[in-house]
Amino acid sequence: MIQVRDLHKHFGDLHVLKGINLDVNKGEVLSVIGSSGSGKSTLLYCLNSLEQIQQGSVHVDGIDVHAKSTDVNKLRQKLGMVFQQWNSFPHLTVLENVALAPRIVKGKSKEEAIAMAEKQLKHVGLGDKFKHYPNSLSGGQQQRLAIARALAMEPEYMLFDEATSALDPEKVGEVLDTMRLLAEEGMTMICVTHEMGFAKEVSDRVAYFHHGIMEEIGPPEQIFGAPQSEHTRKFLANVR
Amino acid sequence: MFEYNFHWRPVLKTLPDLIQAGLTTLEVATLSMVIGILLGLCLALIRMNMNGPLKWFAVSWIEMARNTPALFQLFFFGFGLGAIGINLTPYTIILAGLSFNCAGYLAENFRGGFQAVPDTQLKAARCLGMNAWQAYTRIVIPQVFKVIYHPITNQMVWAVLMSSLGMLIGFRELSGETQFFASRTFRIFEYFAVTAVLYYVIVKIILAASRLLAMRLFRY
Repeated sequence: MIQVRDLHKHFGDLHVLKGINLDVNKGEVLSVIGSSGSGKSTLLYCLNSLEQIQQGSVHVDGIDVHAKSTDVNKLRQKLGMVFQQWNSFPHLTVLENVALAPRIVKGKSKEEAIAMAEKQLKHVGLGDKFKHYPNSLSGGQQQRLAIARALAMEPEYMLFDEATSALDPEKVGEVLDTMRLLAEEGMTMICVTHEMGFAKEVSDRVAYFHHGIMEEIGPPEQIFGAPQSEHTRKFLANVR
Repeated sequence: MFEYNFHWRPVLKTLPDLIQAGLTTLEVATLSMVIGILLGLCLALIRMNMNGPLKWFAVSWIEMARNTPALFQLFFFGFGLGAIGINLTPYTIILAGLSFNCAGYLAENFRGGFQAVPDTQLKAARCLGMNAWQAYTRIVIPQVFKVIYHPITNQMVWAVLMSSLGMLIGFRELSGETQFFASRTFRIFEYFAVTAVLYYVIVKIILAASRLLAMRLFRY
C-alpha cells in the first residue's frame, strides 16, 4: 500500500504540490487527471524518490521513501515506472533492454534474466522483436518495450507518467490495451493520463489535480458523472 | 634548374629502422590515448559534477592542455620538471606530455558527449533500481562513446602526428629516428619524404581499423 501524507514539493519558488494526502491500496488502479503543470507527474516522481520532498512523507509498504536510511535502489524495484518519452536504451537489443536490470540489479543468472525478458516481451506482444534495436520499433512498440522492461523487475506497483501522450494517435490504442491487460491481471497502478476514456473504464478511482492540490478523488462514476468540485467540472467540460 | 641529386639508397637501407621507430610512435600514441581517455573521462565528470578545488583543478588542466602549444607542455615535463630535480626519460616525457594534452581535449569531447545523451536515460536506468555506477557504466557511457567515437579517432591521429615533437627532446620515435639518420647522411629531404609517407600509412591504418571497429561496436 502507498500512503502519502501532507506532501509538499517546491521547485525553487514554485510550490508544485501543496499538501497531498492519498492512499493507494494493493490491486487498485488509480488514474490521475488534471491540466499540465498541476503537479500530477511530480507526484509520481516523489513516490519513487526521483524527486526529493520538502515536507510530509511517502510510505510504500511501510517503507519511508524519503528517509535517509532507505535504500532507494531496493525500493525502486517495487515500483515500475513508464515515462512519457519511452526511454528505451538505444544501444541494447530489445531483449537486452529487458534482461539487463534483472541480471545486474536483482542478480539473476543470464539464463533466468533472458527467460524473464522473453516472457514479458511476449506478454506485451513483442515476441517477434527480440533481436531488434529500439530504433527500428514504432513509438507504440517502444512504449510496450518500456512496460515489459519495468515488469521484468517484478514490481508490485506500476507508475505510468502520461504513457501515451507522446505517441501517434493510431499507436495510443495498443499501449492502452497493454495497460488494460495489466489492470485486469490485478497490478496496482497509478496512471497519470490525459486519456479520459481509459480513466473512466479501467480505474477504480480517479483523482483530479488542480494547481498542486488534489481537488477531488472518487470512483470514475462520481468524477465523470457528478463531480463535486467546480474546478473538476470546468476541466472535464473543456476536455470533452 | 636545380642541382640537387636525389639519393634514396641510404634511406632504403635504413627503412627497417624507420619502420621500427614507426612502431614506437604507434606505441606511445596508443598508450597516451588510453591514459588520455581514462583521465579525460575523469576530468569531464569532475568538471560537470563537482565544485571547489577539484573542479578548479580539472578546469585548469583542460584550459592549459587546450590553449598552450603542445611543445611547451612537453618542455614542461622535460625541462620544467628537470629544473626541480625530477629527471624523466625521453619516453616518459613524451608519454606524460601527450597524455596530458589528449586528456584535456578528450575531456571536452566527453563533456559534449554526456550532454548529447538525454538525462532521461539516466532516470530510466535509476528507476529500474540500478545504482549510479551501474547506470553510468551500462547505459550512459556506452552511448557517450558512440557520440564521441569519431572525435576519439581524430584525437588518436592527432596523437600520432604530435608525437613527432619527441624529436625535439631527443626521443627516437619516427621523427627522432629520421632526424638522426638524416643528419648522419645529409639526405634530409629524402629521409623526411619517406617518413611523411610512413606517417600517412600509419594514419590510414588507424582510420581503417577505427572503421572496422565501429562496424563491430555500433550495430544500432
